[in-house]
Amino acid sequence: MTEQRQQDPAVPPSADGDVLRVEHISKKYGAVTALVDVSLRLERGEVLGLIGDNGAGKSTLIKIICGFQPPTSGRIFLDGQQITFKSVDHARSLGIDVVYQDLALVNQLTVYENMFLNREPVRWPLLRKKQMRKEAQEHLDSMGIKTLKSVDLQVASLSGGQRQSIAVARSVFSDAKILLLDEPLAAMGVKEGAMILDLVRDLKNQGMSIIIIAHNYGQVFPVVDRVNLLRGGQITFDKKSSDTSVEELTEMVVAEYRKALEERHRSAS
Amino acid sequence: MSGAVQQAPEVVGGPPGQPSRGPLRALRDAGALLVRQREATVFVVDVLLIVYFGFISSVGRGAFFTHTNRITVTQLAAPIIILALGEVMLLICGEIDLSVGFIYQLSPFIMYFLITDYHVPGLLAILIALLSGPVIGWFNGFLTVALGLPSFIATLGTGFIINGIVLTTSNAQQQDIPPEVKGIGHWIGQYAWAEITFAVILTAIFHVLLTRTRWGLHTVATGGNQLGAREAGVSVARIKYGNFMLTGLLGSFVGLQIAFQISIIDPTSGGYTPMFYAVAAAVIGGTAMLGGSGTIIGAFLGGILLAVLTNGFSVIGISANPLPIIFGGAILLAMIANVQLTRLRDRGRA
Repeated sequence: MTEQRQQDPAVPPSADGDVLRVEHISKKYGAVTALVDVSLRLERGEVLGLIGDNGAGKSTLIKIICGFQPPTSGRIFLDGQQITFKSVDHARSLGIDVVYQDLALVNQLTVYENMFLNREPVRWPLLRKKQMRKEAQEHLDSMGIKTLKSVDLQVASLSGGQRQSIAVARSVFSDAKILLLDEPLAAMGVKEGAMILDLVRDLKNQGMSIIIIAHNYGQVFPVVDRVNLLRGGQITFDKKSSDTSVEELTEMVVAEYRKALEERHRSAS
Repeated sequence: MSGAVQQAPEVVGGPPGQPSRGPLRALRDAGALLVRQREATVFVVDVLLIVYFGFISSVGRGAFFTHTNRITVTQLAAPIIILALGEVMLLICGEIDLSVGFIYQLSPFIMYFLITDYHVPGLLAILIALLSGPVIGWFNGFLTVALGLPSFIATLGTGFIINGIVLTTSNAQQQDIPPEVKGIGHWIGQYAWAEITFAVILTAIFHVLLTRTRWGLHTVATGGNQLGAREAGVSVARIKYGNFMLTGLLGSFVGLQIAFQISIIDPTSGGYTPMFYAVAAAVIGGTAMLGGSGTIIGAFLGGILLAVLTNGFSVIGISANPLPIIFGGAILLAMIANVQLTRLRDRGRA
C-alpha cells in the first residue's frame, strides 16, 4: 500500500519518459464533434495543466483518458505501450485515476471509511476498523495532510479543501500512478487552495504524474510544469510554464473573447 | 461511533471557554448526548412512557406491569421491530419496501399448502415458506434495480399482487396450524417470550451487520452517494437486491411468528399496517428517508415506543382513538429533528 508507484517490470518505460501519450484522438457524438484531433503527452513526475474554456472538450478528453468512454479514433499509450481501456475499472487497475471535486466521497461515512471504500480489510465477517483507522492516519501523515483532527470525522463535516485532499489521498492510496485532478480548486478559498497546491507539489516530488484540469489557470499556474490549452477540440498551445506566463495565457484568452465578440457583431449586422 | 449514525456537529455544549462544573455540566453533557445520539432521545422517551403508564396503572386499576401485559407489549413490539430492521437497511440505501406486510401474509399460507396439499415435511415447509420472502425481495430488487422503477411504486404493486394471490388461493378463509409444525411453532412464535427474543437477537445481528461489516458500509455508501459508491467499485445493484431479500426474509419470518402466536393462519393479517408501523419505528428511531443514514438500535427503540403507546392507552383506560394523532406527531417530530440536524451540520461545514 505504501509503495505507490511500483512499475510493472513487463512494461519498459518509453525512451522519451512519457508515462502517458495520447495521439490524434477524436470524439464524435452523432453529428457533434467534441474533439477534433488531440495529441497530448505526460512525462513521468510531471504536472501538466490542461486549460480551456467551458465546452472546449476538457471533460470529453478526461472521460477518454480515464476509460469512461472510448475515442472515435486515435491511440493511447501507457508507458510506451498502446492500450485500449475497457472501463474505468480497467484504467484504474493500470494506475489512472480521476479525482472529481464532489463525486467521489460519501458524506455520511468517516474519513477512514471513505479511504478504504470497497477495499476494506476484513476479519470475516467484521471490518478491521482499528487497522483501517491506523493505516488511513499513517497514509495521510505520509502525504503531509495535517489539517484533519481525526480520521473518525464524518466527511460531511469537512471543508472543501479537506474533502479534496481526502479524495486525492484515496486515489494515491489505491496505487494510482497518474492522477487527473478535475477542477481541484473549484469553490475553494485561497488558503484551502494553497493546501491543495502544496499537496500536488508533494505528490509530484514523490514521482506522481498529474494532469490538472483547470478553468482558472491563474490559480494552478504556480505548480504546473507545462501548460496545454484545449480550444475547439484541439490542443492549440503547448509550452513549459517556464517559457510562458499567466500574462501570456490571459492574452490568449482575451484574444479569444475579442474574436468571439467580433464574430457576434459581424453576424448581428 | 459508527458512520451509519448521524452525528450532529459541535453545536451543543454551551459557549466555549466558559467553565461549568457539577450538575450543570452533567446536564449539559446529557443534553449534548441527546442531540448527538438519536437513540438516546428515543430511549429516554421510552423509559418516561413506561414509568408514566406504570405509575398511572399503579394508582388506578390498570395492569401495565402484570406478567400478561408485559408479554402483550413485547408481542406488539416484536413484529414492528423485526420488519423495521429490514426497512432501515432499505431506507439507508435509498429504497423502501411497501410489500413486506404482504410477504408476512403469504408465508404461513405457503407453509400450510405445502403441508396439507403437497405433504411436504413440516420443517421443509417452514424453510420454503421462509424462502418465499427473499424470492419476492429479489423480484422487488429486479423491478427497482434492473427496470429502474421507484421502489415505492414497485413494492406497492407487488404488495397488491401478493395480497390477491393470498386471497384467491385461500378463498379468504382462515386455516388452522397443521399439527406437523405445532411443535416447532412454539419456538418460533408461540412461547410467550419467543417473539421478543428473536427481535432482540435479530436487532443485535443487524446492528453488527450495519455498523461492523462491509455490507453495512456499502449500504450506507450506496444511499449516501450512489454515483461515488459505484465509482469506488461498490456493487450498488447487489447491495439493493440483498437488502430487499433480507427484508423479504424478515417479512416471511414475522408472518410465521404471528401465525404460530395466534394459532391461526389469517388471510387478513399483515398488509400495509405493520409495514407502516415498521417504517414509523425506523423514522422515529432516527433513520432519515433521504438515504445514507439510519440506525438499527433506534428502530428497535422506536418499535418499543409504538408498542408501549398502543398498549398503555388501552391499559390505563383512555380511548385509543386519538392514538394516531400521537403517532403522527412523533413521526413528524422525528423527521423534523432529522432534517434540521442535517441542515445544521451542513451549515457547520459551510
